[in-house]
Amino acid sequence: MAQVTTATRLTGLRAAPGLRERLDIPKRVVFLAAASMVAIVALLMIFIAWQGIQLFVKDGVSIGEIFSPTWNPLADGGPQFGFLPFIAATILVTGGALLISTPLSVGLALFLSEVAPNWAKAIVQPSLEIFVGIPSVVWGWLGITVLVPFLGKTFHDPFVVSLPVVGQVFSVPGFLTGFSWLAGSLVLSVMVLPTITSVAYDAFRAVPQELRTGSLALGTTRWQMIRHLLIPSALSGVLTAVVLGMTRAAGEALAVQMVIGNSPSMPAAITQPLTTLTSQITLDMGNTVFGEPWQDALWTMSLILLIISVTSVVLVRVINKRRMGS
Amino acid sequence: MINGMRRFSALAIAATVVLAACSASSTPSPAATDTPAAPTAMTSAAPSAAGTVNCVTGSITTAGSTALQPLIQDAATAYDAACSGATVTVTGGGSGTGLSQVDAGSVQIGASDVLANTKLATPDADTLVDHVVCRQGWIVVTNKDVTGVTNLTTQQNIDVWTGVDTNWKQVGGPDLPIVLIFRPQGSGTRATFKKIVLGSATEATGGQVLTEDSNGAVTTAVTTTNGAVSVIGFSYYNDPANKPLLNGLQLDGTDATIANVGSGTYKLAADGNLYTKGAATGLTAAFLDFMMGPQVQGTIIPKDSYGPVAH
Amino acid sequence: MTAPANQALARPSGPKQSLRRKGSRGSILADRAATVVLWGTGVLVLAILGSILLHFALAAWGVVSPSFILDDPSSTALGGIMPVLWNSIYMLVLTMLIAVPVGILGGIYMAEYAGENAVTSAIRFAEEAISSVPSIVVGLFGLILFVDDAHWGFTALAGALALTFFNLPLMTRLSEQALRAVPQEERSASLALGATKWQTIQHVVVPLAIPGLITGVILTAGRVFGEAAVLLFTAGVGTPPHYNFANFDLLNPASPWSPFRPATTLSVYIYKLNSEGLGAFKNQIVDGSAAILIAMVLIFNLGARFIGRLLTRRLTAA
Repeated sequence: MAQVTTATRLTGLRAAPGLRERLDIPKRVVFLAAASMVAIVALLMIFIAWQGIQLFVKDGVSIGEIFSPTWNPLADGGPQFGFLPFIAATILVTGGALLISTPLSVGLALFLSEVAPNWAKAIVQPSLEIFVGIPSVVWGWLGITVLVPFLGKTFHDPFVVSLPVVGQVFSVPGFLTGFSWLAGSLVLSVMVLPTITSVAYDAFRAVPQELRTGSLALGTTRWQMIRHLLIPSALSGVLTAVVLGMTRAAGEALAVQMVIGNSPSMPAAITQPLTTLTSQITLDMGNTVFGEPWQDALWTMSLILLIISVTSVVLVRVINKRRMGS
Repeated sequence: MINGMRRFSALAIAATVVLAACSASSTPSPAATDTPAAPTAMTSAAPSAAGTVNCVTGSITTAGSTALQPLIQDAATAYDAACSGATVTVTGGGSGTGLSQVDAGSVQIGASDVLANTKLATPDADTLVDHVVCRQGWIVVTNKDVTGVTNLTTQQNIDVWTGVDTNWKQVGGPDLPIVLIFRPQGSGTRATFKKIVLGSATEATGGQVLTEDSNGAVTTAVTTTNGAVSVIGFSYYNDPANKPLLNGLQLDGTDATIANVGSGTYKLAADGNLYTKGAATGLTAAFLDFMMGPQVQGTIIPKDSYGPVAH
Repeated sequence: MTAPANQALARPSGPKQSLRRKGSRGSILADRAATVVLWGTGVLVLAILGSILLHFALAAWGVVSPSFILDDPSSTALGGIMPVLWNSIYMLVLTMLIAVPVGILGGIYMAEYAGENAVTSAIRFAEEAISSVPSIVVGLFGLILFVDDAHWGFTALAGALALTFFNLPLMTRLSEQALRAVPQEERSASLALGATKWQTIQHVVVPLAIPGLITGVILTAGRVFGEAAVLLFTAGVGTPPHYNFANFDLLNPASPWSPFRPATTLSVYIYKLNSEGLGAFKNQIVDGSAAILIAMVLIFNLGARFIGRLLTRRLTAA
């Protein structure tokens, strides 16, 4: 701030600013560049919202109908556009991924910020960046060639089925393939791991060093310090990390679509094939024509995805504001 | 209001990208060269037949049915080899995409497994011209572990696909649960199978049902899943990478062969439709002629496991 | 210092003190266990990444060769990936041509001009919103805007613009960070010498931020290279025709240099081969392509680090 006042004072010494300077064209240009993002977001929201409401406006489907559990655009008595199976699957697959990924990611973030010696950090951090960079089609390909066949075998393996709890999960009748909720959650959990880890890591690093040394000087062990001091004070940051991971997971399309089995039925077991919002869009977009009610339903699904992501942005802001406040 | 939106978007685009006006992807020059093209990469078509290729320079794009994509791709490659200065870019996207795009004028040819009037509203559908370039057949395939089943009748298929039969032993196979692998409802494969084999029967739903959106994914799913059954196109079944992994079934005792599709005895087949907006002109017309010509009909179509269309 | 610590220091040494300092037996065990578990997470992540890299290295062995990279798909029995690799690079350059200038300029605004006001917070919100919108929704937006409404059909330009939408927030944020990292004294010195704000930015701040800016460019580029869902609906899916690189007519869709043509990239090609691929070597081609994609990501990452470090050293030395 001090510099600005100095500069203002200095301009007073210079000749009065010319027209060119008063117009400040560079400022306008850089402003336009930054503001272009607002234009893009506005345009994107308008277009997706416009397409998304066609199902209700043009095709006369009521909002209540999309929350029915039956999806059958070719039903004899007229199309049935129930999104409930897809919404439920999106929530459950994402939830499963977070359940697997959060402990691992938070553990990894703690490892990096509290435990790891420099040499270990120097290996793990770049590895995480490579993780981020692996494209979703490659994850999907790994899923379909390695994970799905492995799970398929596991679901059938007599030894696994004979195990006490695990066996009951895997032997639910009718669930026979590796294409499943579990496969989707597993693939997603690896994909969101770097996101959660890096945001949680930043949150842990933001806890002042004095608190740590103070706590350790009190004679607590490192784990006690982490559990009673570090995690509580970084909690909102960790929460932000989880929300960001959730957003990424809920919006991922191709990798999930490749491994989840795409069955539009209500979720009942973790070994069952499901369809998420994104995978249904991927599946049907090419088979429908523009303006057809069926395709309008897909646009409504995209609108739901858009609402989910904007909500999560707001959520992160609220969490952060609370952190700033406390 | 839709028009308003469209005008708005067109304005927005024109404002951001001045080049938009130049982007119409078709620039076919109608000047047909009568000189016979050098048939460099011609495979086995008679030289006289190859000489009749009508070469028009320019560039067109096709979009649509992934089931027809291998054929159009091979035809495009052959046309490209016969006629320098002509580029036919083949994209997939699905039958719906093909119809939407050709209707919108974004591509010159839209490929579809289903008839345009089943998808598009009447005024739009009427402006599209159908060019039937081939017959395509589908085959019911199972995992290799479904031993002893070589044929399913129409009635058995109905029982299997509606969930009446849930175990292969009910149709003469091993004691193994049946896993149904559907194509998405909108796909041409599913529509044709429903129309010709299942009729008005309602397909099974629920946890034992998988849906895979493409021939490749279906093949992977069938080969890795015990007791799985699905329907794929001949071209994918006869692919050397897939055939050894799959158990192909007869339908009503008839072998799923191109010959039987041609003679009409194998019924799970449909026309391959290429649509143009209005009558085809320029390179589009020349390419469609080429697809009806001896090299495509006589050589490429059998090689890719499609059925030729009778003249 | 708080009371217990003072007591601990004041008391004579003895078994009690060591107990107090180290905690109870149980808490020591818990601490040991936690340390082991936390190390375990690090090892696990490395093991996953290592096995993925190893998997693709083994899978690509015997597939990836100069001819695999440089040939057309139809040229050999195995087939090459040259046209799709070309399209990936082409799309990358086209996207970066738009995203880099806009992103850096936007970053300059956010770092140097933006005040604490509603406009700034609207921009920040937009930035966060686009980066959280699923890539498939961005692809669908491109589909409706460029492919359908503007009647372009599937084109490289539509794909590049959609990718720009997708990557602009990242590019802007990384630029802003790079510019903010420039010490405030540099700015005041320049302003004190009578330079205008823009001159200061142009001649002092941006040059000093170049290492960070380049890192930002490379990281964004890596993301463009791997993206598929956006392009599926905008740039088209197919096996590209034989490209004639001597055709420089940018308005001719037959020219590989033209932005007005469908352009299937390497990532989209992997998706296509998985869903509709034919041929005995389909899986090998996907493995090889995936290996190349991962190798490119590695190169982009290591490149960003290396160039960033090199430039920092050179600029700070000068």
